[in-house]
Amino acid sequence: MFDALTDRLTGVFDRLTGRGALSEADVDAALREVRVALLEADVALPVVKDFIAKVRTDAVGEAVIRSVTPGQMIVKLVHDALVDTLGGDDPTAGLRIDGEPPNVIMMAGLQGSGKTTTSGKLGLRLKTFDKKRVLLASLDVRRPAAMEQLAILGKNIGVDVLPIVAGQQPADITRRALQAAKLGGHDVLILDTAGRTSIDEQMMAEAAEIAAIAKPGEVLLVADSLTGQDAVETAKRFHERLPLTGLVLTRADGDGRGGAALSMRAVTGLPIKFLGTSEKPDGIEVFDARRVAGRILGQGDIVSLVERAAQTVDRDDAEKLAKKLQKGQFGLDDLEKQLGQMLALGGLKGMMGMLPGVGKIKKQMEGANLDDAQVRRQIAVIRSMTKAEREKPDVLNASRRRRIAKGAGVDVAEVNRLLKMHRNMADMVKSMGKGKMPGALAAMAGQQGGGGMRMPSPDQMKAMQAQMTQGGGLPGLPGGLPGLPGGLPGLPTKKKD
Amino acid sequence: MSIWGFGKKKDAAPAPAKTAEPADMLGRLWSGLAKSSAKLTDDVTGVFLKKTLDQSTLDDLEERLIRADMGPQAAAKIVGLMREDRFNKEIDDAGIREALADAVATVMAPRERPLDLTDGPRPRVVLVVGVNGSGKTTTIGKLCYLLSKSGAKVVVGAADTFRAAAIEQLGVWAERSGATFVARGQGADAAGVAFEAVQKGKDIGADVVLVDTAGRLQNRAELMGELDKILRAIRKVDDDAPHETLLVLDATVGQNALSQTEAFRTTANVTGLVMTKLDGTAKGGVLVAIAERHALPIHFIGVGESADDLQPFNARNYARALAGVRDKP
Repeated sequence: MFDALTDRLTGVFDRLTGRGALSEADVDAALREVRVALLEADVALPVVKDFIAKVRTDAVGEAVIRSVTPGQMIVKLVHDALVDTLGGDDPTAGLRIDGEPPNVIMMAGLQGSGKTTTSGKLGLRLKTFDKKRVLLASLDVRRPAAMEQLAILGKNIGVDVLPIVAGQQPADITRRALQAAKLGGHDVLILDTAGRTSIDEQMMAEAAEIAAIAKPGEVLLVADSLTGQDAVETAKRFHERLPLTGLVLTRADGDGRGGAALSMRAVTGLPIKFLGTSEKPDGIEVFDARRVAGRILGQGDIVSLVERAAQTVDRDDAEKLAKKLQKGQFGLDDLEKQLGQMLALGGLKGMMGMLPGVGKIKKQMEGANLDDAQVRRQIAVIRSMTKAEREKPDVLNASRRRRIAKGAGVDVAEVNRLLKMHRNMADMVKSMGKGKMPGALAAMAGQQGGGGMRMPSPDQMKAMQAQMTQGGGLPGLPGGLPGLPGGLPGLPTKKKD
Repeated sequence: MSIWGFGKKKDAAPAPAKTAEPADMLGRLWSGLAKSSAKLTDDVTGVFLKKTLDQSTLDDLEERLIRADMGPQAAAKIVGLMREDRFNKEIDDAGIREALADAVATVMAPRERPLDLTDGPRPRVVLVVGVNGSGKTTTIGKLCYLLSKSGAKVVVGAADTFRAAAIEQLGVWAERSGATFVARGQGADAAGVAFEAVQKGKDIGADVVLVDTAGRLQNRAELMGELDKILRAIRKVDDDAPHETLLVLDATVGQNALSQTEAFRTTANVTGLVMTKLDGTAKGGVLVAIAERHALPIHFIGVGESADDLQPFNARNYARALAGVRDKP
C-alpha cells in the first residue's frame, strides 16, 4: 500500500542525504517533491498543505541548517510529521469492549469498502486474541445475499451469527440482535450495516437510528485504502452523522499509496484502529503509526516481520535447525522448510516490504521474476526427490534430475539451479559451523551487497540479478536477505496444523 | 429502441415503453452525476468571480481538478486545453464551466462507445474483472437484468468462488432476470465454472454469457495468475472468447485506478471500462486521466443501486455534469 510513496520519497531523500550544508532553497525543493508525491499518493489537498507547512516550519530552523547531516534531519522531520499525522502514539487505539456486555461495535461505510469481510475478521480476532464471545449481525437488507455472506463467514470462522429473519428492517434487527446477545451471553456484538453513500439522506438517517438504538461503544468507519480525494469528504460526512470512534482501512495490501490513511486521520482526528491486509479471515492488523510511517519512508518494518514470524514459527523446529546450522549442516529438507517458512511469512514481497531499505530494490526483484510462484516451484522440486536424494544430493545424476524435473513440472535447468543454490548455502553454513562466521559473512557481503544490513548498490543489484537469472536461484538465501536468518535465528518452520 | 439491439430479434416493433427512455435516462444521469459534481460546482462558483481567464484562475481550477481525483497530469492537460482556447479572454462563471466541459468532453469523446453484443457469432462471452469491492457482481447483475429485459438469452457464470455469498448474490440477480445461472459451491475452481458457463451458453444457444470473477488486487501476482487460468479455460470452448473483458472501477478510488487499468489490461486484456459508484460524493475524475492515457472505451457508469442506474457512458453528459453545466430546461 505504501510502497510507491516510499519509492518517491526515497528518491528525494537520497539526493538530500548525500549533502552537507543545506540552504532554505534546498529544503523548499525537497518539500515540493514531497508535495507532488503526496498528491499523487491521493493525500487530500488541504492535508498536504498543512503537512508541508508543518514540516517546513521545523525544517528551516537553525537546528537543521547547522546540523551535521541536514538531509537526515529532514528525513526525521518528515517521519515525525507522518507519525504525528497518522495518529502518533494514540492512547485510544484499542477497542472499547470491556464494558457491560454486550459491547456493541457498529461498522459503517461506503458500498464495497469491506465492511462485511472486516466484521468477520474482527469477530475472529476478538475470539482468538481477546477470548471474547462474539455475535455477528447483518443489518444489510439492501444488497442481495449480504446477510448470507456474513452467515457463511461466521460459520467458517466459528463465530455466532444472528439468524436471518426475512423481511425485517434494520432497526428491528438491531433490537433483536441486542436481545439475542444478552440472552446468549455474548461479550461483543458486531453490527454489520449496508453500504451507503454519505449523501443518501434516507440511508444516513437509518444509520443514525441504528446507532441510537444500539448505543455502540465503537462505531468504526470502514474505508478503502485506495480511496482518492473523496476520503476527506466521506470521512467528514459520516463523522457528522454518526458517533464514529475509529477508522479501519481495508486493502492495505494493494499497491495504493495510502494517502487516504493520512487524509482521513487528519480530517476526523479519529484513530486508525486496524488495517485489512488480505482477503483471508485473519488478514487484519492493529494499526501502528510509527511502523507505517517507517514503511512510507522506506525504513522498513522489522517489528511487523518479527511479530508475524512469532505467530507462524514453531519454536522447537527453530531450535533444532539452529543446532544443525551450528554443526555446519544444511540439507535440502532444511531448505524446503525455509522456503515454506518464507511463504508463510507473507511471501517474498511481503517480507521484502518490511525489511529496511529494501523498498528500492523491490522493483528490480520483480523485474527479475523472483516471485512466490518460483519459490513454490523450488519447493516442488525438493519434494520430487526421494529421501535418500535429499540427504545426499551428490547421487543426483542426469537421469535422476530428469525424473525430478518431470515430477515437479519444471525444466532440468531449474533443478540444477536449485541444487547449485543449495550447495552454495550448504558451503556457507559449513564454514559458519567451523567458526569462520565473520569471514563467511564478509565474503557474502562482498559478493552480494553493501555488507550486513546495508542496501546493495545498483551495480551490485545488477550482479545479483544476473546471478539469479543465470542460475544462482535465490541469491545466498538465507544470507542474501539481510538479517535472515542471522537476525531471526534459524528462520524455522511453520507450526504444524 | 433498445440500446442492445436484442429487442429486434423477438419483436420487430419497438416496445412502447422504450420511447420514453432517452429523456428518462438523461434525468437519471443527472440525478446521479449532479450530486457527484455538486462539490466541484460549488468550488467553481466560489472561485471564479474574476471576469477573465487569467493564470491565477487557471491555477485555482487545476487545484480543484486534482481534488476531483483527476491527478496532476490530466488536470494540467485539461487546463492547458482551456488556456489554448480562451486565455485572458473575458469570461463569466457559466462560461468557465462551459469551457471546462468542452475540454473534458474533448478528452473523453473518443472513449465513448456502447457495448455492442449483437455483432459476431453467439454466444458473446463477457468476462468481468476488477479489485475487491469495486462492484463487479452488482454490475453483472444489472447487465444481466438489462440484457434479459431487452430480449437476450443470457447465461451467468458465478466464477467468484472465493467471497462468501457472492454466488448467492449473483443468483438473486439471475433469478430476477430469468437468466440461466451456472454455479458450483464456494471454493470451487473458478476456471471450471467459467468453462462450464461458456459451454452452457453454447449448448443452449444463448446470446450472451456473463462471467463474474473474484475481486483481486492488481499487485497480487498469484491472483492475477488465476485470472489467466480462467481465460485459458474459456478459450477451450471458444478461441475468440472472451469477446469483451470489462474492468470495473470504483469512483471513490483515486490515482490507483490508473495502476488497476494498466495491470488488468496487461493480464486480462481488458477491452472496456465500467465506472461504478458515481452517485456518491466521489467525482471519479481519474476517469479523465485514464481516458487520456489508455485508448480503452468506457462502456458504462453506475449511478445507483437499481438496474437502471447502470447507464451507457456519454462523454458530453459526463463532462457537463462534472463541470456543473446545467442545460436550460
